[in-house]
Amino acid sequence: MKNLTRREFLKTSLAGAGLTIAAAVTPGGIRLLSLAEAEQASFHPNAYLLIGADESVTVIVNKSEMGQGVYTSLPMIIADELEADWKQVRIAPAPAGAEYKDPVWGMQSTGGSTSIRHMHDALRKAGAAAREMLVIAAARNMQISTKDCLASNGTVRNVKTGKGLSYGKLVAEAAKLEVPQNPQLKKPNQLRYIGKDMARLDVPDKSMGKANFGIDTFVPNMLYATVSRPPQYGATAASFDKAAAEKVPGVRLVTEISRGIAICADSIDAAWKGKAALNIAWQNPAMAALSTATIEGDLVAKANDTGIVAASKGDATAALGTAAKKIQSFYLLPYLSHATMEPMNCTASVAADKCEVWAPTQNQGGVQTTAAKITGLTPEQVFVHTTFLGGGFGRRFEQDFVEEAVSLSKAAGRPVKLIWTREEDLQHDYYRPANYTRIEAGLDAKGRIVAWNHKIVCPSIFARVFPGTMKNGIDNAAVEGLPDFEYDVPNFRAEYVRIDLPVPVGFWRSVGASHNGFIIESFVDELAAAAGKDPLEFRLAHLKDHPRARRVLETAAKKAGWGKPPKLGQAMGIAYHLSFDSYVAHVAEASVDKATGRITVHRISTAVDCGSVINPDTVKAQMESGIIMGLSAALKEKMEFAKGGVKSQNFGDYELLRMEEIPEIDVDIVASGDKLGGIGEPGVPPTAPAVANAVFKATGVRLWNLPMTPETVKAAMAK
Amino acid sequence: MISLDINGKAYQVDVGPDVPLLWVIREHLKLTGTKFGCGIGACGSCTVHLDGKAVRSCQTPVSSAAGRKITTIEGLGETHPVVKAWIKEQVPQCGYCQSGQIMEAAALLASDPNPPESKIKSTMNGNICRCGTYPRILKAIKTAAKEGKRP
Repeated sequence: MKNLTRREFLKTSLAGAGLTIAAAVTPGGIRLLSLAEAEQASFHPNAYLLIGADESVTVIVNKSEMGQGVYTSLPMIIADELEADWKQVRIAPAPAGAEYKDPVWGMQSTGGSTSIRHMHDALRKAGAAAREMLVIAAARNMQISTKDCLASNGTVRNVKTGKGLSYGKLVAEAAKLEVPQNPQLKKPNQLRYIGKDMARLDVPDKSMGKANFGIDTFVPNMLYATVSRPPQYGATAASFDKAAAEKVPGVRLVTEISRGIAICADSIDAAWKGKAALNIAWQNPAMAALSTATIEGDLVAKANDTGIVAASKGDATAALGTAAKKIQSFYLLPYLSHATMEPMNCTASVAADKCEVWAPTQNQGGVQTTAAKITGLTPEQVFVHTTFLGGGFGRRFEQDFVEEAVSLSKAAGRPVKLIWTREEDLQHDYYRPANYTRIEAGLDAKGRIVAWNHKIVCPSIFARVFPGTMKNGIDNAAVEGLPDFEYDVPNFRAEYVRIDLPVPVGFWRSVGASHNGFIIESFVDELAAAAGKDPLEFRLAHLKDHPRARRVLETAAKKAGWGKPPKLGQAMGIAYHLSFDSYVAHVAEASVDKATGRITVHRISTAVDCGSVINPDTVKAQMESGIIMGLSAALKEKMEFAKGGVKSQNFGDYELLRMEEIPEIDVDIVASGDKLGGIGEPGVPPTAPAVANAVFKATGVRLWNLPMTPETVKAAMAK
Repeated sequence: MISLDINGKAYQVDVGPDVPLLWVIREHLKLTGTKFGCGIGACGSCTVHLDGKAVRSCQTPVSSAAGRKITTIEGLGETHPVVKAWIKEQVPQCGYCQSGQIMEAAALLASDPNPPESKIKSTMNGNICRCGTYPRILKAIKTAAKEGKRP
């Protein structure tokens, strides 16, 4: 495939003559442009809609599909305003380019549960503008007033005669019209697709093995690449047997790269055989004694440091001094791996005047910049093909696998497909940071929280990824949920202590909320118990000014039958968290086998308020998904370290939740009509605390550390 | 040369006898619906049928599959009741593990057309889905079993 310019890409994406609308989010508002205007514009449009003479409606999507459903929900928004026939709607993944940047972030990437939130308004307007243009074209063609025209399901009809013209027959005429800047948007009761359960466009291919992921890329003349990586952080190769690896039939290149020794070969099996022959001696680890125990020890010791104040109200120290009752707890959470089912991989083809990259990436802009830097080409000479992502969860925001593929293609002078093994993937991740929190709180005589003093020790993600956001040394992810703490506590203080360890950290589904949701909601439960109050009533009493929080709690509680006697041996726990502008509450029903310490989660009743809903079935699917990933982390996942590096190797010793361990899940969508919230991540944070709170109710044992494995539960019960 | 019968079609491949069937199917023959997940038989992404039984192709040396009937996801097609149920119940999210899940489920229903829930769960326990589509997988298998009973 050749290196396409913006215009060429649009032309090849559009079958025959057609109508193109570009939407650009500018500081002055959303601008709508024709293709000609978009080509000339000094600013870059963020979304494109193409309607073909063959009736096809193509939405160029600048967001990556990693399971969250954006390849369906983003087109739904445009198709609704357009009154498109859904059967004609398709998507084309955007290449990398300034014109496809996220309008809020100014970078082309997918994350933070923002795809719908950031693109919704522009897509609505683009669809509505195209509809108005098609109506004008139809009115002229039929020589009637636009008032007598109705656009519906891909056709503009004369409302008096019922005669109509399909969009494909109108696009040539419509394309000559000026693009309206303020098209009339539909009223809620006119919506055709938004708010309805729409079947996902990618599901048939994904159910037949036809969807192409990064690992499914084939380029003529390509080599396969694998990398032998140091088993300890910071270690480098002292020696390796290059000749032995080169002797393996099919091996074409053996070369040292920044992350280890790489082999390029005619087949993946030859590459792995070459790797096995390397016999590398590693030297100079950064911290040879690093282990799970040293990491945990360092986190705990660091809690004695004075932190940076991330949130403060009243005087927490003074109020603690006069409180009727004081409670203190400590929480320790582990590093977690993303463990996407598709291991990291990337295919690159570097030539003298261009570079093509095929990548399952959440960060096309980063891929373009990375490849340009390595090859010395301009970003415009780098063409990024976004494949389906076999899971993302934040891992595919990183560029390590792209750097390696591009460097190796450059070195080999041939296209290269790099495939990481599961062991490489698990051992060379950017993990969800481990962290340690101390909270001290005070209750007054009536059982209300009067003081909350919170200190979290946590490695920083933002210091590496977006150092510019580190205002006053605070990592916003580490303190997530604390500056916008919703419980009514008059004296509140939260401190952040940064700890730097050799273990790399990155964005993991729900990021800081994945730990702070557990910590805050577990501790609130402890306070409710100390106050002798019902956990739901206690929360509601401290959330008087937060109706959305109250409503999700009440809805989930009602669904679960909160307050009614549970099944024998089971107990209920409740938790809620606000993250990514969405409120989610879970009630977990769990039981504990006292002999083994094994927790069984029987049911989770969920209420989610994400404001407006685009595709309700996708909201439900993302809640199910977030709950199961949250449960996996709550009950099973923990990266283990030893001898200066990662000890966990594969799914045998880094276990994920499986089919026999899933609870029943009931999802209620609370339609608040409030502003749009994210949906990919907010289901995760309240899961672990809801389970821990249920375990407390069932056994009287409080679990402060994750994961809640049978061994840790048994040990806690023995105390 | 090793002779393989995949989805009723004969293939000749020039690979070593110990190369896992997975890589022959995927990279040599470009039937990419079958996925690489862990390489140790712990996740089920690479599941195919060997003489009708679900096997982990990453743990199957290609030589041991010679002369036997191999079926991959590409061999099921859109009319297969399990594939239809997967679409009806909107199972896939990222979709990467789903070929393996479908092949495991199809083998289960071929051997037991009406399995109890406990058997569905224990059979599917070897297939990991990081997106957590398990509730929908369970539902789809029940749907496929129900549809299969209709005349």
